[in-house]
Amino acid sequence: MKVPINKQAQYFARQSHQKQKKKTRSLLFFVYFNNTIQHTIDAPYYRSFQERFSKALSLYRSIGEMSTEEENQTVFDVAAASMLTKELRDVFASGKTRSYEWRISQLKSMIKMCEEHEEDIADALHQDLSKPKLESIVYEITMLKNSCALAIKELKRWMMPEKAKTSLLTFPSSAEIVSEPLGAVLIISAWNYPFLLSLDPLVGAISAGNTMVLKPSELSPATSTLLAKLLPEYLDVSSIKVVEGAVSETSALLEQKWDKIFYTGNGRVGRIVMAAAAKHLTPVVLELGGKSPVVVDSGIDLQIATRRIIIGKWGCNNGQACISPDYIITTKDYADKLVDSLKKELETFYGENPLESKDISRIVSSNHFSRLTKLLDDDKVSGKIVYGGERDEANLKIAPTILLDVPRDSLIMKEEIFGPLLPILIVSKIEDSWDVINSGTKPLAAYLFTNNKKLKEQFVMSVSAGGVTINDIAMHLAIHTLPFGGVGESGTGSYHGIFSFDAFSHKKAVLYRSFMGDAALRYPPYTLGKIRLMKALMTSNLWTILRALLGLS
Amino acid sequence: MEGLEGTLAELRDTFQSGRTRSVAWRKSQLRGMIEFVQDNEERIFQALDQDVGKHPVEAYRDEVGVVAKSAKLSLSCVEKWMAPRKGDLPLVFFPASAQVMPEPFGVVLIMGSWNFPISLTLDPLIAAISAGNAVVLKPSELSPTCSSFLAENIPKYLDPKSIKVIEGGIDVCEQLLQQKWDKIFFTGSQRVGRIVMTAAAQHLTPVTLELGGKSPAIMDSSSNPTNMKVIAKRIVGAKWGSCSGQACIAIDYLLVEERFASDLIDLLAKTIKQFYGENPRESKSYCKIVNKNNFKRLLDLLTDPLVEASVAYGGSVDEEKMYIEPTILLNPPLDSQIMTEEIFGPLLPIITLDDIYESINFISSRPKPLAIYAFTRDEKFKKQILSRTSSGSVTFNDTLLQFLCDSLPFGGVGQSGFGRYHGKYSFDTFSHEKAILQRGFFPELEPRYPPWNSFKLHFIKLAYAFNYIGLILLLLGLKK
Repeated sequence: MKVPINKQAQYFARQSHQKQKKKTRSLLFFVYFNNTIQHTIDAPYYRSFQERFSKALSLYRSIGEMSTEEENQTVFDVAAASMLTKELRDVFASGKTRSYEWRISQLKSMIKMCEEHEEDIADALHQDLSKPKLESIVYEITMLKNSCALAIKELKRWMMPEKAKTSLLTFPSSAEIVSEPLGAVLIISAWNYPFLLSLDPLVGAISAGNTMVLKPSELSPATSTLLAKLLPEYLDVSSIKVVEGAVSETSALLEQKWDKIFYTGNGRVGRIVMAAAAKHLTPVVLELGGKSPVVVDSGIDLQIATRRIIIGKWGCNNGQACISPDYIITTKDYADKLVDSLKKELETFYGENPLESKDISRIVSSNHFSRLTKLLDDDKVSGKIVYGGERDEANLKIAPTILLDVPRDSLIMKEEIFGPLLPILIVSKIEDSWDVINSGTKPLAAYLFTNNKKLKEQFVMSVSAGGVTINDIAMHLAIHTLPFGGVGESGTGSYHGIFSFDAFSHKKAVLYRSFMGDAALRYPPYTLGKIRLMKALMTSNLWTILRALLGLS
Repeated sequence: MEGLEGTLAELRDTFQSGRTRSVAWRKSQLRGMIEFVQDNEERIFQALDQDVGKHPVEAYRDEVGVVAKSAKLSLSCVEKWMAPRKGDLPLVFFPASAQVMPEPFGVVLIMGSWNFPISLTLDPLIAAISAGNAVVLKPSELSPTCSSFLAENIPKYLDPKSIKVIEGGIDVCEQLLQQKWDKIFFTGSQRVGRIVMTAAAQHLTPVTLELGGKSPAIMDSSSNPTNMKVIAKRIVGAKWGSCSGQACIAIDYLLVEERFASDLIDLLAKTIKQFYGENPRESKSYCKIVNKNNFKRLLDLLTDPLVEASVAYGGSVDEEKMYIEPTILLNPPLDSQIMTEEIFGPLLPIITLDDIYESINFISSRPKPLAIYAFTRDEKFKKQILSRTSSGSVTFNDTLLQFLCDSLPFGGVGQSGFGRYHGKYSFDTFSHEKAILQRGFFPELEPRYPPWNSFKLHFIKLAYAFNYIGLILLLLGLKK
């Protein structure tokens, strides 16, 4: 029998359940003993004993039940989460994570971890997603190493206070902007690049000098377990924690007060994260996705464009990437050529039977598999498949699939695809694409293939997206001088390079003044002369100031 | 509320048309703003006098002047701010170019506050205009004269198709918050800040929250024996001189060493008299409390028996005039409301410490304030304050001036809010930084594509490490 008791009691009970057990046992004995002599005492007394007995019994049972639960696995609930944040806050208060040396040592260890466990990481990713080893090494491990290396190289410069100009208004003074860590931060990551998307934000949080909790995605369990094992081996356990788990663990974490929450995932959970953050006025970075379009103009080097599209779509985790092309827009007369070229190159890359190819990832879970097949089985797209469509449910594989001329009200055009399906929309002239794109929510990325300079300009000006790449796919992500992040439905905040450091820093404004030049006009009693002089000062116009001082204006 | 949805649809259409994006539009609006404050200076002074009893000098210094200055700065810089920034590129990407291009968010909501009903409403508006957004402005209903003044006059000076002023109370706010915005900029209290952010979460709308907090001033008397008079002026100016303490960056409480406390109180009292005369109630230079609710709230803070016993100066009130005398309290209990809540009014608790260095722990064990003021000449102490406390800003040896420094970001951290504005930061707050990468079609690197093999892996690894010599060796077959 499960005895319902409140959270606090549970926490209390677990904290000292051994001690409690003993106490309860003696209480039970006491009650039992009294029961045996019940005939000697009067009725009300007896009732109170009965009550105490049943209370004690239920408490005893609940403790018993909890301890068996605990023997199976440690429960991570609100109480545990609150202990965890308290611990992190204490470490942060000690100032340990603020030092340059601490930050560098953590970043160096992270590189060491990548080097010493390359195989383990690639294996875990293969287990979770059948990710080809090259993809794992290139897009996850090497990207992370580069990110660490850059931070190590630049950290001193990033940490340096930035001098700020001061005006006549505050003369004499000096000003600077100091980057300071925010405190304890929470990073919730995604399953599609479970290694990179967990640790790249961590690089930012470490560089900025925070303490942190990482919650890897439960949908990539092998990587999650590996991270939980490796991080404590390489990084400072007192300030960098990993909490594994699903909804209940995440909710427990979200109930705590954090100084920043960095979430990578989908818009639905993004909303939950932001609403939870609102309770504590915690700023958030939301790295979400969206339907990232690819506009293909005619008159381009079609083979190169096609290969870049394929590598950006199927070559990045089989379309399960936030920046992967979601759909293509092209003109009617060019569509067939494009499809032919896609087919040809797909075959060179993945062979005649892509379901067998080792160079392509699988679908992450059966939920996602059925979501994707539902998109394919939608009546509105029946007969639109011009390539692929094969699936292997047992191995969670879906072949690269191209759909031509899909209607815009079909399911596949309503939600982010996040898989190996690529619909092609047809417009009568390429400039119509801007309206198609802008009629939907703002995507994380937008791509255009063209040689036409004017089109490029139009595209950049009229399409709003997190990032834009022209004549390639996803490459903007690899450039650390560009901020990476969404806009509108595709998220808020950005990271990579110095932007990662900034995402986890507070920019403190510091103004130094001396006691000279204290103007009486700042203080009451106020007079009209003071207004005049103040006006002049605020325009910082020396001539007007002079005139005001001389009483001429 | 159909009217509201219609208004929003109109704004969306305007924004889609691209009208607000042009430099010409932005500049004409900024010019309109400058004209607006120039033409209406007297009327703004009157409105402010009516709502909070602000003297024209204070009104100019904290409101009209701030808006004019900010509009002028934006006008002269907006083109520079709008220009895309180049991003450096590693050679592997050759030929390519990378840029960061600021683009407007779209339709944004600005919610102003009542304590500086002109500047805290129009300064964010200037920011939103500079960045090229369409805007709904919601002035605070607690400063009704200013609110209706803005609603009536802004449309005369600024493009009514792209900038709307919507007046109203809580119900209107609620309706506004249910809409989808591309950005919400809120100035006000933490309680409402939470509501705003929760509502924004439904549409994944980014928010800037400009809140308050208990901003302390640290008085290190021992390192400053000669400048006491100037310091006292600056403290009094920052407590009572700016809307009678009803300012987010006003000094909330003062930390001082025990042995200097009584001298400091005498000096502050003297300065108060010098500023506001023997009877501040009659002074034109002193603001009233904004409304009955706040008056009562402040009175409750003050009439807590233990707090009342700690009054060292002032303490008189006049409910009819909504007046509370500049009041100094010495060591009120730390667990009393006056020391746990933001005061936002003319009461100044002084907390004494044995050693001024204890102030660091005192501050860092409490929620992060919007501002910290420290009067000290001790460089070691300055460094410690900077590195061991956290706040929106730190100002040494002065007060409030950080607000006027355009090159410094203004905004809170932790409980005092997030996001920042002023100067270029204002423009950034209302812009999305779009990353743009342009590539050519040649040369094409074959190893980018499957089927994968160990050569390709090697190649990509070297490319990622920007090891160009290694790459050449590999291509020549000299490296395995």
